[in-house]
Amino acid sequence: MHFAPPSPTPPHPFGLSLSKACPSARRDHGRTHAIVLLLAFLLLALASTAQAQTFPKFDDKGVVDAANILTPQQEQALSQKLIAQKQASGRSLVVATIPDLQGYDIADYGYRLGRAWGIGDKDSNGALLIVAPSERKLRIEVGYGLEGILTDALSSQIIRTVIAPRFKAGDMVGGIDAGVDAITTLLALPPDQARAQAAKAEAAARDSQDDGGGIIAFWIILFVVFFILLPMLSRARGGRRYRRGGSARVVIWGPGLGSGWGSGSGGSGWGGGWGGGGGFSGGGSFGGGGASGDW
Amino acid sequence: MSLLRRFSSVLLPMFGAMALSACGINSVPTAEEEAKAKWADVQAQYQRRANLVGNLVATVKAAGKQEQDTLVRVTEARAKATSVQVNAQDLSDPAKVAQFQAAQAQLSQGLGRLLASVEAYPDLKTNENFLQLQSQLEGTENRIAVAIRDYNGAVQAYNTRIRTFPDAIGAKLIHGAKPMTPFEATTPGAEEAPKVDFGS
Repeated sequence: MHFAPPSPTPPHPFGLSLSKACPSARRDHGRTHAIVLLLAFLLLALASTAQAQTFPKFDDKGVVDAANILTPQQEQALSQKLIAQKQASGRSLVVATIPDLQGYDIADYGYRLGRAWGIGDKDSNGALLIVAPSERKLRIEVGYGLEGILTDALSSQIIRTVIAPRFKAGDMVGGIDAGVDAITTLLALPPDQARAQAAKAEAAARDSQDDGGGIIAFWIILFVVFFILLPMLSRARGGRRYRRGGSARVVIWGPGLGSGWGSGSGGSGWGGGWGGGGGFSGGGSFGGGGASGDW
Repeated sequence: MSLLRRFSSVLLPMFGAMALSACGINSVPTAEEEAKAKWADVQAQYQRRANLVGNLVATVKAAGKQEQDTLVRVTEARAKATSVQVNAQDLSDPAKVAQFQAAQAQLSQGLGRLLASVEAYPDLKTNENFLQLQSQLEGTENRIAVAIRDYNGAVQAYNTRIRTFPDAIGAKLIHGAKPMTPFEATTPGAEEAPKVDFGS
């Protein structure tokens, strides 16, 4: 997604006044013009890239402290807490501190951020705690799948009674920590589901090492069988057999392969396996649920 | 010779399928269904708001506030807004969409006025029940905004698709596709959320 709002035009008038301010440059007026034009274009390009909405990079640690309000130790502790939460409940909670909302309302910024990062798996069971210290705004952004658990009213209650009072007292880290605890309590599963989730996480951890390798090996074997072994076999048996068997197979496999790849890239299974992090990002989507607040 | 025939037996169906899919046989209905689904989201979120309005009116009434005018107006606007629905088939009819927009805009205005008048009552502003309703309303307004933006994005994709080559061929000849109406704020500030302040 690339948002490019119409960029303002200050560079252009600026360029014109510059060329008029140099009366001695009559001789190489054309060249000055060209340079000024070039400069104007460069400025315009710069302005438009600065205007386009950009998000901090998500590195799957659970914490993105773009506004630098946490020390590395605090960040690591929080990250461990969030990864433990994710493993226990299977639901993703991510903390983001944003230095600059770029003029967007925090609710508007929040759902775009959640979508850009794809927090939560394909059931969209993800949530974000967003803190914008320079605007003094905070928000709990809730993915589609968690809207029934982390409701607007509960999100608002956590912000008003748990986080905002600590922020008001200047305790940013304590506020974030307490907020994460409160949300974690809500996200926790009922005991029977929790046990099932734990078993699932354990099984996933056990074969996570050969998970990626297994998929690659599968494709390699498939490739070898279809493009090397089968042609060799059929060539050994004679041309007629090759023509019938080979071409029919290609036609059948064409669409099959295509759809397989399409769902692979769009799906969510791979996101966590490769990163080695918490597996927070898996294509979850957001629709504006949650609550905002300030302090 | 046999090589040529083999290639043609493989490539012809492939090219045929590609040519057909390039004419919008599948992509136009796909885009249309996408936009219709997004419209269903928009209506669902507006319905959610209408449901909350009932609770809000009851809460303000229970607090014994003398805001009869505003309350009546909000209740009427709510009844009108819930009575105007737009079927997915009517999305290519700008008049129907405009009617829906106007009805919802009226409810937005009434809600804004009600919430503004409530600001004058400090006991209601600290009432936990009311605060929760406020946060739910705010969340719903956010959802409406997101749903509208998603719908408009889907409509734009669909309208572009049925008017550009090569999908325009299939859209015209086979589907008889008509452009859909994006959702716009009809009056200035009509889609503006009622100001909900957390009383910082």
